[in-house]
Amino acid sequence: MKKLSFLSALCGAAMGFGAVASANAATTLEAVKAKGFVQCGVSQGLPGFSNADDSGKWTGLDVDLCRAVAAAVFGDAEKVKYSPLSAKQRFTALSSGEIDILSRNTTWTMTRDTQLGLNFAGVNYYDGQGMMVPIALGVKSATELDGANICTNTGTTTELNITDYFRTNGMSFNLVAFEKADEVVAAYDAGRCDVYTTDRSGLAAQRGKLTQPDSHVVLPEIISKEPLGPVVRQGDDQWFNIVRWSLNAMINAEELGISSSNVNMKKFQSKLAPSVARLIGKEGKFGEELGLSNDWAYNIIMQVGNYAESYEKHVGLNTPLKLARGVNSLWSNGGILYAAPIR
Amino acid sequence: MFGRDRSLTSLLNDTFIRGILFQALIAIGLFLSINWLADNTLSNLANQGKTLGFDFLTRTAGFQISPTLGTWMLDYKVGKSTYTDVYLIGIINTFIVALLGILAATVIGFTVGIMRLSDNLVFRWFSSFYVEVVRNVPLLLQLFFWYFAVLRAMPSKREKLELVEGVAGLNITGLYLPAPIVSDGFIYSFLSLIGAIAITFLVRRYALRRQAETGQILPMFWIGLGIIIILPVLVHYLNGSPLDWSLPEFKDTGPKLRQGYQSGAGMVLVPEMLAVWLALSLYTAAFIAEIVRAGILAVNRGQTEAAYALGVRPNVTLRLVVIPQAMRVIIPPLTSQYLNLTKNSSLAVAIAYPELVSVFAGTALNQVGKEVEMIFMMMMVYLTFSLMTAAFMNWFNSRVKLVER
Repeated sequence: MKKLSFLSALCGAAMGFGAVASANAATTLEAVKAKGFVQCGVSQGLPGFSNADDSGKWTGLDVDLCRAVAAAVFGDAEKVKYSPLSAKQRFTALSSGEIDILSRNTTWTMTRDTQLGLNFAGVNYYDGQGMMVPIALGVKSATELDGANICTNTGTTTELNITDYFRTNGMSFNLVAFEKADEVVAAYDAGRCDVYTTDRSGLAAQRGKLTQPDSHVVLPEIISKEPLGPVVRQGDDQWFNIVRWSLNAMINAEELGISSSNVNMKKFQSKLAPSVARLIGKEGKFGEELGLSNDWAYNIIMQVGNYAESYEKHVGLNTPLKLARGVNSLWSNGGILYAAPIR
Repeated sequence: MFGRDRSLTSLLNDTFIRGILFQALIAIGLFLSINWLADNTLSNLANQGKTLGFDFLTRTAGFQISPTLGTWMLDYKVGKSTYTDVYLIGIINTFIVALLGILAATVIGFTVGIMRLSDNLVFRWFSSFYVEVVRNVPLLLQLFFWYFAVLRAMPSKREKLELVEGVAGLNITGLYLPAPIVSDGFIYSFLSLIGAIAITFLVRRYALRRQAETGQILPMFWIGLGIIIILPVLVHYLNGSPLDWSLPEFKDTGPKLRQGYQSGAGMVLVPEMLAVWLALSLYTAAFIAEIVRAGILAVNRGQTEAAYALGVRPNVTLRLVVIPQAMRVIIPPLTSQYLNLTKNSSLAVAIAYPELVSVFAGTALNQVGKEVEMIFMMMMVYLTFSLMTAAFMNWFNSRVKLVER
């Protein structure tokens, strides 16, 4: 028997039944199939990425990833339940087994990958941290921000990045860190801070909540790399593969020109490029290797769409966020989006 | 021999043996379930590739914390300070807001509670209105109200509202006050203050004995005040006043961003802390007011009447007859309110006050990922604070409770 200290005994009592529940289920896929839905951890409301509308329906780029996994597992993209999580709750919720996937604009860093007992299954948005200031402040560059008050969220990489940036440039600053994004926006809007910093996609999404969105400007500096992606628990490679390949399927579909509008036509077409045939399950047994049915990717494309469709629908130029594809274009179009092939 | 020929049934029916047996069974059951839970935790952590351990406490922390008492006391420096410092900063910030909150809530609570029993109609109505409104609105909402309502009402960062010309001022970034700069000799001034308080206690004992023997009353309040003020002030100035003040500095020229109060001059109380303090004090004060009212009403009216019949003046009656008897009813529920206030301070995380839950269970936990250890450390802090408060209040209660013969 393991030697137990009083401390670990108490901790065991504190962890309680959450730990027991996850210990009994053999694999995440079996557990998900048994309960009949995917439990997906999302943000508490970040327009374009994960946001609930008036009727409680969740939409966004991050939400689409969860829907893709549900489509791959159940053949039904609607079989998802959402857990809105704050930045600091998210990893605990995932490691305790409360959620199956964390798809909440989460930055992939080495610490998180190696120390939290989690695995990042890929990148669905390449972002970078930016800063927003009121135009009235007359600041043109982040290097002029010495002595500024800065509002941000707790429990994110933004706290570390902004600290690093100011230390590197030998500037002083005060950090005011809130638990939820809404309070950050409200405090910045009230004038508590000179600067609001978060990922640039987040700045674009939150800008609409300010009383005068047009009187603020995002500074040109991008002070960090923020590859955002879905996260799963470490130690279940099958589930990890399902999430990773659901994302890869969406990116590959865009590259192969398969979208929700033409995937049905392709299915009944007799002459198909081999790569397309493999993607939509007409050739090979790629789905079965994942523990799913062979039309897994067909279901994703049919019900959720390819990456480009998802992007344009939620964050693209025709949405309030107006984010150009930029680095999130396919590698073949000058971006860095590059998924491993299905073969 | 007695007991040798007793059957098993009669052994089980023996209250002593039965007591031992069932207690042993429960102890074993408890041990096994704790063991099972702990084992489960460890194996689940191992499955995730995580280990238990406190080595993270010596690592350096790479994030900024907003300027508060904790960061000032520990001289927090990004890249130099460790997670132990972050833990201590959280503890200090929680402690100070709880302590200030308890003091303010007690003063406001006693005032409002006595006002509710006043003969003055305006006082009575006002205090009833206060109690009913404040205690029936959730604390988190009050926290947001005080933070965002007050924030919007403040002058902006580049303006100021001067409370005392050049000495104290207010704007959206905080309340700016002079900061004391202590030099070497100040310790003597401080020691003389403690000495003065001790002398006052001795004089008071003498005064009470003299009153008991001769019936003559010394004006103790004025004597005490005199000793406590004159002695330390005298020592301080004879010593060459070894205490300087750093005044807040306000600039309205230069680049727009650098205008406003300058960091490094004076002392700043950030609005987050003021809002937490205000919300906690006002909220808890409403409950304390009701406790005080209940305590005073619990003293039999006959006590007051008896005192009046002996010719004791009303304010002396309240002070020497009613309040001491009310205190033994007030103290136990008051203790609970103090404990509530301390634990409620963890709501401050919502409005960016860097207390324990915010900096340690928030920022630090996200960087380190040791949930079990860190939540345990945090629980221990709240437990320690609460047990300390409870111990002090129990001691105080034993001093004021009715002496029964």
